[in-house]
Amino acid sequence: MEMLGSELLVKALLAEGVDTLFAYPGGQAIDLFHALYGVQGLNVVLPRHEQGLIHAADGYARSTGKVGVCLVTSGPGATNLVTGIATANYDSVPLVCFTGQVPTSLIGNDAFQEVDIVGITRSICKYAVTVRKREDLGPIIKKAFTLARTGRPGVVVVDLPKDIQQARGDDGYPDQVRIRGYKPNLAVHPGQVKKALELLRGAKRPLFLVGGGVLIAHAGREMTRLSEKTGVPVVTTIMGKGTIPTGHPLYIGNLGIHGSYAANQAVSNCDVLFSIGTRFNDRITGRAGTFAPNASIVHIDVDPASISRNIAVDVPIVADAKNAIEALLDQAEPLPVEEWAGRLRQLREEYPVSVKNPEINPQAILEKINQVFDRAVITTDVGQNQMWAAQFLDLGEEKQMLTSGGLGTMGYGLPAAIGAKLGNPKKDVIAVCGDGGVQMNIQELATAVLYELPVIVCIFNNGYLGNVRQWQEMFYDRHYSGTCMRRRKSCPPVCDAPGKKCPPYLPDFIRLAESYGAKAIRVTRMEEVEPALRRAREEKMVPTVLEFVIQREENVLPIVPPGKCLDQMILGSEEGER
Amino acid sequence: MKKRWVCLFVENEVGVLARISGLFAGKAYNLNSLTVGPTEDETISRMTISLTSDDRTFEQVKKQLNRAVEVIKVLDLTEEPVHRKELMFVKIHSCSENEIRDLFRIAQVYPVKILDYDFQTVLLESLQTEEGNDGLICLLKKNFPGRAEIVRGGSVAVGAVLQSP
Repeated sequence: MEMLGSELLVKALLAEGVDTLFAYPGGQAIDLFHALYGVQGLNVVLPRHEQGLIHAADGYARSTGKVGVCLVTSGPGATNLVTGIATANYDSVPLVCFTGQVPTSLIGNDAFQEVDIVGITRSICKYAVTVRKREDLGPIIKKAFTLARTGRPGVVVVDLPKDIQQARGDDGYPDQVRIRGYKPNLAVHPGQVKKALELLRGAKRPLFLVGGGVLIAHAGREMTRLSEKTGVPVVTTIMGKGTIPTGHPLYIGNLGIHGSYAANQAVSNCDVLFSIGTRFNDRITGRAGTFAPNASIVHIDVDPASISRNIAVDVPIVADAKNAIEALLDQAEPLPVEEWAGRLRQLREEYPVSVKNPEINPQAILEKINQVFDRAVITTDVGQNQMWAAQFLDLGEEKQMLTSGGLGTMGYGLPAAIGAKLGNPKKDVIAVCGDGGVQMNIQELATAVLYELPVIVCIFNNGYLGNVRQWQEMFYDRHYSGTCMRRRKSCPPVCDAPGKKCPPYLPDFIRLAESYGAKAIRVTRMEEVEPALRRAREEKMVPTVLEFVIQREENVLPIVPPGKCLDQMILGSEEGER
Repeated sequence: MKKRWVCLFVENEVGVLARISGLFAGKAYNLNSLTVGPTEDETISRMTISLTSDDRTFEQVKKQLNRAVEVIKVLDLTEEPVHRKELMFVKIHSCSENEIRDLFRIAQVYPVKILDYDFQTVLLESLQTEEGNDGLICLLKKNFPGRAEIVRGGSVAVGAVLQSP
């Protein structure tokens, strides 16, 4: 039997179990949309912008563990994906992105809406390829899904020239494909496990450092059991938060520049740091060369290139996190570390992360979110809102946080929430955003309304690009350069503080949300927070925008100043530096 | 910092050279030379790359290369017994009669052939190690300043037949 290339794509998507397709049409994708017309079992979602589209696919993929699939046209459709590709790939999210392309006969001619998207994305994805022969189409799609979901997951770009979409050819779609240059090492080397355990056995102050890789491997339960069996406390990166429930007695907190005092002290004082599924990003290590100065380091990661790149490691283990943790669980024994664990617990209680402001503040709002929602996916944008969410949200098996950790992409929160809700209709889905980031993809409110997705969009509105403003306040002489969202032409040329004369905020988020047909509540006082959250939760068809008007100069604390080591934190205004 | 040699077996497909060279550029790895050609299996190309780096960066280079889906195998030839050769052409312009004679003498001492010449111009072919060619360039630049046109091919390397025990 023969079929068109476009029909084979649809067949392949169904064979791969794709139930939701994030798609935006255009001249070089029109044949693909023609083939999708009326197809049963495939929900084709039309967002308002391709960047919103790919973040939605990303939120869908992170929250379900399935591959997110994007389909866009050539040229601007493809280039609008670029930020989303980098965002997803950085955080090891499995996506397959199909881009339309001009016919092979026109490639290289600067044809209308032609770009070399494979060339553009080569360094920010796992694999990118243009299909040049119709007979390669099936194997390439199979290869794309295989690469996206296995090993260290990532983004694959498949560029589909129009003549390939229109060409008749074999209708077969392979069950598997051999990729000779690709052999992810998932199994654990028993000798390395033995070495790691010996190190752990001899430790007096051992610590688990857990990153996002453990969540990607779905090994949260195993990790919790390993910590409980050995008695070794756990700190997490932002991406790993929730791997073990945040209320667990062995959980100390997040480490890093906005981590908790206790977690950073734990890392600075431990003698064996047992890290799993993290790549020691500069945001968690503080000044290079001062990280975990007293510790021997074990590092488990599925990506060999992540090992010994930023931090030299004593025992490397290349393996899937789940396989490795299970192997450790088999052989690990309880360790006499109660005193050390107790000391960290005490530090955690003595120096809780907190916002001092008695008025409505981000901590209080996030703690209300913790109370009101039992099963939830919470997405964040990037900036102060993200740091507060990472500090204060309770996470665990039933509560997951999705955040752009590696690339730090503003505009991620709202579309990711839409994707998460499509994948998890029974869970409450909440986007925690700032007033800056939410405007980067605010058009996706339309998508949420049209697809009847009752996501709850929390906007922490301080009228500033707050994270940069905080740095300007602390390290740049309060020169609020380019960070005030209320600044307009009539303002004085320089400004170092907000005041009563500041121009009004724009847009009016309430009227904006209502114009999309969404519900909207402005919250300015603490006692209004919980009722607003509960009302939003009642909505079963319509998204709600909750605008929380917070203090303009609220800061994220504690903070490790730039160039300092993890144990030199600024805790808060009254404590001074420690 | 030390000079290293890597040999890569890669898929012989569109974009692979850009993938590999882009990786070096994007991650700011040093790259001295890169040569590429098909192998006995026409679906596989072989690259010979020389670079200068410290140990830690070099470990990363190898890992990053291995991670590329298009790369089938990475061989580190730095410490291996290998044969390395680079083809180089040097064309010397505006030569006097004496200079042409000198160049013919040079060709007797160095592993250099006179490939072509007329009364003013001599074309040399040099087939030796990269370092040997470096030395020859020094000599020619000094004696024929501004008149030497140099075309270097980049090194290829292959493992020696007799490997040390």
